[in-house]
Amino acid sequence: MNLFIYDQTFEGLLTAIHDAIDLNIKPDKIISIKYFQDDLFATKYDIITDSDKFDKIWNQVKEKSNEQNCQRIFKTFLSELSEIEMIIYNYIKLIIDTPYNVEVNFSEDSVIKINNIQKKVGREAQRVLMFVRFQKTVDDIYYASFDPKYNVIPLTVAHFRNRFADQKWVIFDTRRKFGYYYDLKNVREITIGNQKVNFESGKVDNDVLHVSEKLFQKLWKGYYDTINIKERKNIKVHMQFLPKRFWKYLPEKDFKNTFVMN
Amino acid sequence: MKPETINKLKISANAAKYDVSCASSGSNRPNSGKGLGNASPWGICHSFTEDGRCISLLKLMLTNYCIYDCAYCVNRKSNDIQRTTFSVKEVVELTIEFYRRNYIEGLFLSSGVIKNPDYTMERMVSVAKDLRLKQNYNGYIHLKSIPGSSDELQQQAGLYADRLSVNIEIASESNLKMIAPDKSFASILNPMNTIKNKIIENKEERRKFRHAPRFSPAGQSTQLIVGATPDSDQRILNLAGNLYNSKNLKRVYYSGYVPVNNYDKRLPALNEPPLKRENRLYQADWLFRFYHFSINEIVNDDHPDLDLEIDPKLSYALRNPWLFPVDINKANYETILRVPGIGVLSAKKIILGRRYSKLNLSNLKKIGVVLKRAKYFITCNELKAPTINELLPENVKKILLSENKPLKQFKKSFYKQLSLFPVN
Repeated sequence: MNLFIYDQTFEGLLTAIHDAIDLNIKPDKIISIKYFQDDLFATKYDIITDSDKFDKIWNQVKEKSNEQNCQRIFKTFLSELSEIEMIIYNYIKLIIDTPYNVEVNFSEDSVIKINNIQKKVGREAQRVLMFVRFQKTVDDIYYASFDPKYNVIPLTVAHFRNRFADQKWVIFDTRRKFGYYYDLKNVREITIGNQKVNFESGKVDNDVLHVSEKLFQKLWKGYYDTINIKERKNIKVHMQFLPKRFWKYLPEKDFKNTFVMN
Repeated sequence: MKPETINKLKISANAAKYDVSCASSGSNRPNSGKGLGNASPWGICHSFTEDGRCISLLKLMLTNYCIYDCAYCVNRKSNDIQRTTFSVKEVVELTIEFYRRNYIEGLFLSSGVIKNPDYTMERMVSVAKDLRLKQNYNGYIHLKSIPGSSDELQQQAGLYADRLSVNIEIASESNLKMIAPDKSFASILNPMNTIKNKIIENKEERRKFRHAPRFSPAGQSTQLIVGATPDSDQRILNLAGNLYNSKNLKRVYYSGYVPVNNYDKRLPALNEPPLKRENRLYQADWLFRFYHFSINEIVNDDHPDLDLEIDPKLSYALRNPWLFPVDINKANYETILRVPGIGVLSAKKIILGRRYSKLNLSNLKKIGVVLKRAKYFITCNELKAPTINELLPENVKKILLSENKPLKQFKKSFYKQLSLFPVN
């Protein structure tokens, strides 16, 4: 059994793929150092991340198919699924070995797999755009936490920077413990979590909330409750579109907001 | 913003909720410099209510006072309900604050008619104008055009809004006259025409001058109420088809009539809104817009109403068995689109994928075809299986309907707790 061990970066993975092709060894598993457990009977290959090797594979994929396909591979990598390394390996191997652009050959298994995973990642990113809820703090920073299934926050930053260009905001990934802060000029990656934030519920502590914040949450909740048409109640569809794992971020689903105002 | 605003907001939302349009797509208004917001071309939903509808836009009535008395409307003047009026400033502030917190994608503003159409329209336009010019807001705005307002106001509305709409509500003029005596087809179609012409004019103008301001970039839409009058599906869909063709509408929405004014004897007594029928109409609408069907193929004089049990595409296939089976590896795109269980995306993938190798059932399944339905209507690189022609349409229908229902033994009532001491 051939085990390739890489450093859990995208560059590292492509280096591993480069080495596998270069050495003409078919890996049985490509695994990140974080999840690696020693295996007596495996031949181990420690991969040293090399940006030249990365570029070589990257450009080869780009030449054989196109830029869009490269992005597609990167997106599937963000899914962080346990088998994703081998799926990407198989796909890249297929691209390199096939004389034509294999990207739209939907009779190939790995093409369909990559497309399906890419779709899932894209959908999760879309959900971040949908369900992120900012809370205004005393220092006029709009704060939001989220714990997406896949590592998709990086894909959404451009959207929020364009949309909220005139307000400072923070989006924090509570699962992966990093986030982005926009200071009206640039977006910076931040890693330390604010002590004033409850990571479980994503709520900012009351003493640092802006005075108007609670009111607008209540207004929104009031609006949300009224806009529902009771005669058309359809819980099944509701749950399908708005899964429970997002509820903790949504002020409209916070039942404490209901009874305070008459 | 005062805490009392919540009551206003609730009354206003209650009045506006029966308008179904909530699309925020179709416009492309980038954030100019350091303003607030952008309207993205694909639209984003931000929440979902318990009735399964999405909330993309903040749907408000500027006022729910109205001088009209339309039988289907909750805001008709003879209804004794709480009434309220927003000031322009309040609506602007609510929109901005909700938008900044990522609650909404934009504003949907409608209004009851007060004093006269021009006065009402002017106030609505000033909300849009304030948002765009004073607040530097580039998010989505949908304005309801008030029938009978002047061309000049329509022009202004189109410049600030992303989409304009006039609701036609009832599918035939005689029925409209009966339940909404203040309205006529002319009063609705005229503003629609004006908007359409202005959009075309604007497109011409933008061809010459690249920076000419856009007029209603996300087009116009309308809404039809279903089930409030005895109009057939054929009539409704024909009207919708005409509107798509002659008025260049982006969307026609169908709204199952929610019985809000039960005391009015001109309206049918319904226990619940006709949701299934509404769903079937949307499916038919999709067939017309994306599947290259003509209205006549979906509903015609022999079948004036859509089948509520099965979807319109399946029902078309069952009525026309001689078109099937379709050979997946040879047929053209339009023909493949007509197979029940194959959607636009799967059809495109089939066309692309079959260039490289012949497709079989397992390929099709992975592509995303719903084989449960499709298998009776196709042949592919697989041994011959019984298709609709061997099984006959009525049997296929029976099989498909029985698959949808839970099996008898899984029904709760099937098993009963046995009694230990049976009483004889």
